[in-house]
Amino acid sequence: MRSLVFYIVSILVGAALFGFARWLGNDYLFFAGYTVLQFIVLATAWNILGGYCGYVNFGSAAFFAAGAYSSVALHKLAAGIDRYVPESLAGLAHTILPLPIPVLIVIGGIVAGLIGLGTGYLTLRLRGAFFAIATLALAVVLQTLIVNWDFVGGSRGAYIIRPSEVPIIGSYIQYLFLIMLVLSILAIIAARAIEQSRLGYGFATIRDDETAAEACGVPTLRLKLIATTLSGALMGMAGAPFPYYIGYLEPGSAFGLAYTVNSIAMPMIGGTTSWVGPLVGALLLGTLQQIATVTISSAVNLLIVGLLLVGFVIVAPKGIVGLVQDFMRERGPEGSEPTWRTRLATFANMRPGAR
Amino acid sequence: MTGPLLQIENVGKRFGGFVALDGINLTVAHGERVGLIGPNGSGKSTLVNCMCGTLQNETGRVMFDGRLMNGMSAHQRARRGMARSFQLPRPFVTLSVAENLRIPLLYAAHARRGHHLTHEEIENRCHELAGLVGLAAKANRLPRDLTQVEMRKLELARAVAVDPKLLIADEAMAGLSQSEVDEIVALLITMNERGVTIIMIEHIMRAVMAFSQRLVVLVTGKKIADGPPQEVVSHPEVIGAYLGQ
Repeated sequence: MRSLVFYIVSILVGAALFGFARWLGNDYLFFAGYTVLQFIVLATAWNILGGYCGYVNFGSAAFFAAGAYSSVALHKLAAGIDRYVPESLAGLAHTILPLPIPVLIVIGGIVAGLIGLGTGYLTLRLRGAFFAIATLALAVVLQTLIVNWDFVGGSRGAYIIRPSEVPIIGSYIQYLFLIMLVLSILAIIAARAIEQSRLGYGFATIRDDETAAEACGVPTLRLKLIATTLSGALMGMAGAPFPYYIGYLEPGSAFGLAYTVNSIAMPMIGGTTSWVGPLVGALLLGTLQQIATVTISSAVNLLIVGLLLVGFVIVAPKGIVGLVQDFMRERGPEGSEPTWRTRLATFANMRPGAR
Repeated sequence: MTGPLLQIENVGKRFGGFVALDGINLTVAHGERVGLIGPNGSGKSTLVNCMCGTLQNETGRVMFDGRLMNGMSAHQRARRGMARSFQLPRPFVTLSVAENLRIPLLYAAHARRGHHLTHEEIENRCHELAGLVGLAAKANRLPRDLTQVEMRKLELARAVAVDPKLLIADEAMAGLSQSEVDEIVALLITMNERGVTIIMIEHIMRAVMAFSQRLVVLVTGKKIADGPPQEVVSHPEVIGAYLGQ
């Protein structure tokens, strides 16, 4: 029942947000909003592996780019059916291609999810800094492959000419914004569902103590694979519409440092053990970055992230959620009536022990 | 219930050039209370790790409840009814006491019951286990709010939540006061009376003697004695190992 209420509230908030943005009628709002929403998905995805399981992934950009480049590849294929598809299949290809963005998102998710699964298999025995370095290496390897893959533009990049309008919605950027809004709601719902499930408890035990988790019957290796796959898939899904948003995709932008840094910093600043943390962190940092871009310069974006991250690590290592949680933990004696604080904690699924 | 519950045959383990276990043989019957002692570095914890799957033995075999355990991971062994507590308590620090107890109920207990426990069954069992070890009042607290003895009790309760046939308590009483040791011994005996076979690894001889029906002694990776506690402690080799030749 609680979950049903949450779904309904999420959808209503999303609808209200979209309606409000349309009412304002400023296209820049959709451009900026898309970026913030994209970071909500990325931060939530990172948090599934980094926050719930305690495995720090420095290769977020690789998964994001995998999704983006799968879209580019399919777009190129659609543009050159007669060149790349055998004649016998050309008729079918003309019917299917070009694929709509929701389908590209699913494909991007599958591609990045498979890369996540592969990464999980290759790094099963690694922990801490070693795992982080391995994920960083993955990004480097993948970027090298893309740079040398001529079909998707290689190092010179690829242009994606998007339609200027779509039926019903109108402006294409509004369509992309809506898609990313739906994706971010789905990502949050998924993260919250994981957190409250048997899987979420399993992830928490991996984060706390893998040896003890195994002794309690938790199949840690299998759960880690699930986490790397889910996390990678969500990041890939965030990346799939990106070529249509940016119009010109080159390896430098798809594998940008900003994606890796932001997807780590946002959950860290928001709080890593609850779905609320990445959401709060992404909203705060994403919005600040957009404001800085229009008022100062986009060059200060990473500076803002760095300063905030250092500040939070020193002042509030548990993130904003941790601060709120400490406040909510000041409760009455055991067995006393629930207060608005404990009810809020239950709603946000912030366990008493969550960092 | 025919045959022994645990059968260890010729188990060996090396760490580089160091021989931690050298052809250990050990049999434990259903419902037994076995004490496992030995000086520091004698291989007790390595043996426990090899039994539970935390480490894999290089030679020999571990049979549990009629099944070969070699190659099985720790969680697979836990699901078959082999539970352990750790020498240094290893609670899940970000989960509450009740949630710590919930983990084995979610992941291990169902395997032997043949079905996943319902939410209500899990909550009831958590409550029951917390009550058994006297932690009911602190069920929603974090492990960091517990005292040393409460932490040990949580460790034992979490192992019992696995619904084990065999419980291995690895130095569950280290650092506790005399009365706290008595509490843990009483708790282990209660669990044994409920049908759980227990192997207790301990340095506190008073507790070992009070608890064990049988005593096994390891020294430098070899078993040097196995028998009734009174006989074993008067064995010349055991005295030599503890007091020096």
